[in-house]
Amino acid sequence: MSDTITLTIDGVEIQGKPGQTIMEAADAAGIYIPRLCAMDGLVPHGSCRVCTVMVNGRPQSACTQPIAPGIVVDNETDEINAIRRDIVDMLFVEGNHFCMFCEKSGNCELQAVAYRLGIAAPRFPFQFPDCGIDASHPDIFIDRDRCILCGRCVRASQDLDGKDVFGFVGRGSEKRIAVNSDAKLKDTNIDVTDKAVEACPVGALLKKRVGFAVPIGQRKYDHKPIGSDIEQNKGSL
Amino acid sequence: MSETLESAVKAVCSECGNDRERMMDIVRAIQGKFGCVSSEAMDMIAKQLATHRVEVESVVSFYSFLSDRPKGKVVIRLCDDIIDEMAGSADVANAFATELGIGIGETTADGKITLEHTPCIGMCDQVPAAMVNDVVVTNLTPAKVKDIVAKLKADVDADLVDAPGDGNNANDLVKAMVQNNIQQSGDVIFAGMEPGAAIKKALEMAPKDVIAEVTKSKLRGRGGAGFPTGLKWKFTSDAPGAEKFVLCNADEGEPGTFKDRVILTEQPDMMFEGMTVAGYAIDASTGVVYLRAEYAYLREYLESVLARRRSDGLLGKSVCGKDGFDFDIRIQMGAGAYICGEETALISSCEGLRGDPKNRPPFPAQEGYKAGPTTVNNVETFCCCARVMEKGADWFAGIGDGQSVGTKLLSISGDCGKPGIYEVPFGITVDEMLKMCGAKDTAAVQVGGASGQMIGKNDFGRKICYDDLATGGSIMIFNSKRDLLKVAEKFMEFFVDESCGYCTPCRAGNVLLLNALKTILAGKGEASDLEYIETLGNTVIKASRCGLGQTSPNPILTTLKNFRPAYEALLVAPSKDGYQVSFDIKAAVGDAAAIAGRDSVHAY
Ligand SMILES: Cc1cc2nc3c(=O)[nH]c(=O)nc-3n(C[C@H](O)[C@H](O)[C@H](O)COP(=O)(O)O)c2cc1C
Repeated sequence: MSDTITLTIDGVEIQGKPGQTIMEAADAAGIYIPRLCAMDGLVPHGSCRVCTVMVNGRPQSACTQPIAPGIVVDNETDEINAIRRDIVDMLFVEGNHFCMFCEKSGNCELQAVAYRLGIAAPRFPFQFPDCGIDASHPDIFIDRDRCILCGRCVRASQDLDGKDVFGFVGRGSEKRIAVNSDAKLKDTNIDVTDKAVEACPVGALLKKRVGFAVPIGQRKYDHKPIGSDIEQNKGSL
Repeated sequence: MSETLESAVKAVCSECGNDRERMMDIVRAIQGKFGCVSSEAMDMIAKQLATHRVEVESVVSFYSFLSDRPKGKVVIRLCDDIIDEMAGSADVANAFATELGIGIGETTADGKITLEHTPCIGMCDQVPAAMVNDVVVTNLTPAKVKDIVAKLKADVDADLVDAPGDGNNANDLVKAMVQNNIQQSGDVIFAGMEPGAAIKKALEMAPKDVIAEVTKSKLRGRGGAGFPTGLKWKFTSDAPGAEKFVLCNADEGEPGTFKDRVILTEQPDMMFEGMTVAGYAIDASTGVVYLRAEYAYLREYLESVLARRRSDGLLGKSVCGKDGFDFDIRIQMGAGAYICGEETALISSCEGLRGDPKNRPPFPAQEGYKAGPTTVNNVETFCCCARVMEKGADWFAGIGDGQSVGTKLLSISGDCGKPGIYEVPFGITVDEMLKMCGAKDTAAVQVGGASGQMIGKNDFGRKICYDDLATGGSIMIFNSKRDLLKVAEKFMEFFVDESCGYCTPCRAGNVLLLNALKTILAGKGEASDLEYIETLGNTVIKASRCGLGQTSPNPILTTLKNFRPAYEALLVAPSKDGYQVSFDIKAAVGDAAAIAGRDSVHAY
């Protein structure tokens, strides 16, 4: 068996390794595929669908789809970007996101992906759901208004922290992030240094008393769009 | 009840071997005993199973038949699908509410009776229908409701079945008032078969030849997706894996489908026979029937059939005396979730998890139940397999039309003279079908359930088959007096309720689609809203992770395609002030005005 697989993304031929997903192969080749629920070091979730690409003309999530010899992947097309904008818009309106006074602004992946896709404001009607805040823990709080149900905290807690602090409850539009206790976050064994806290792409899991330590304007995505780090790899293969 | 929660949890868990994968059985049992799985119960279950509490909660909160808050000793679940509604389910609901003195979603003050709505319970041929705990009551009228409530008030365990239905509905272990309504039988499903006949034929062949025979028959799955059964078995058989599994999909959740109910009632032997053949073909020793909670009334009877087959040597060790072929079947109950009919969600549920579909690949044939190669087939498909074995592939392939061979069971309901089950050869046209079931003045037919398509007169010459109008069996008929947009709304509400919520487009997109439709129905839609619906629907279909979201916009999109004038008639011209017509500025600033104590001067 050969140890490289050749595939095409947006007309560019790239090499990947057996067992890689489309996203992993693209990352290594310096091609950015937008994503929210995927995170290095975590098992792919396939839930946000922002990484939807066309594989031989069929939609697939790049984070879960393995590469195969000769596949033709479309990533940056008008059709796909329109779908991605719709999905990101959906995430905005199904929650309560107010970038202008969110501590995560500038470090927020939802916001950064939105900007990168050219979204200035969501076009869909806001749903204004009632989600709830859990500020019981001395060092960390959960703001479900900003949760995008990506499951990164769930997986990070399980797989990286060796705990099981988070889980999902309810179904459909009632689905919510929950904690492993009959009451509140303070009753779990979470610690402020847990990887689960860092894993949140949005402002749903935040540390207390460090808000705005880095001023707006000097944050991660304030200068370079999300995905720039990946694109630096371009041509390195 | 003298049993304490703690002792009950301990007993139930240990009956299930303290096996976390039996979570569904455990929480169902606690729900049954205590009317809820309380927060306390969740803690105890987690402790007993050495798992995390949030995992118990995630399961309990997922399924509609489970609840963390107490419900009445009796839960009345009124079917609120469109066919029931057309038959007057609103009056029935009102009658229940009046007699009980409570609203939908409430429990009587004495804690005895809870009243709820539930989606299609598989009784569209005898509407309006409801479940009273596990007992199905059909053909309801306000007068019957009065009688039922009086009986329940006197005794929560009252027998509500005066006259049992036909066939095995009258069996002592079923005793349901349900009627089979088999309007037309064919040679594949509703014909006799000696128990064991198909297995014995199969056992004369090598497993790979059994698969070859099924492949040769050109049999395709009857559950909706139409995947070639022989190929699925071959994939499962070829996949590496120590333990393989046969799963039978008896979740039958697609609104308007009830054919599996009738197979389960009248031909369970044939279904078990097909599963056993599959077990032999793919080298599995375990089969699981995933039975929807709505069909719990059939469970005891099905268990008795399994027991008989065991004592007849058709299940268990060395099936039919064949050394080395051990196969047994267990029944896994569902707990109210349409998504669990999706094969990977079904597997999740069998494993004691939320009914979230799994990422593919791996496909179930590679890595399914308990990570073993698994074939998931529909109830009817397994019956076809048994018949293919008994009569041969050529005989089977000789029935039907082109690539769609054999017969298909249609569950026909709605505006027609003879609703019920029709076993027809593939290739029948819609016109022929309408005639067959005595439909008059038909304006539209919903083919394939809520996730299927709504077709109009122009399409009535088309054929029911995989290559034209595909259906898992649901056919709902609407006459010219019906409001088809209301039908679409009903179906969209169903999908919003039944989306598992795992992926964004299905979780959020369906809500937006439903709201857009409601805006139009309220007379506030503009032409641009139709475009919005089409674009949004396309995104949901393309980006959703499983078949639910990949089909859920169909009710709107197919009515829009085939009945566009119905939408256009409701549209209004854009407003001159530049606001969308659906935007109500008074409502939008209402809260602020209330706080300020005066109306905004700019708002009007
Ligand atoms: C949302 C959803 C619900 C489904 N419900 C059912 C069902 O109730 N019964 C069924 O047999 N198949 C159902 N299916 C199809 C199954 O995923 C699967 O294709 C089928 O069980 C395979 O069996 P078959 O090949 O014999 O048809 C459903 C699919 C989806 C996406």
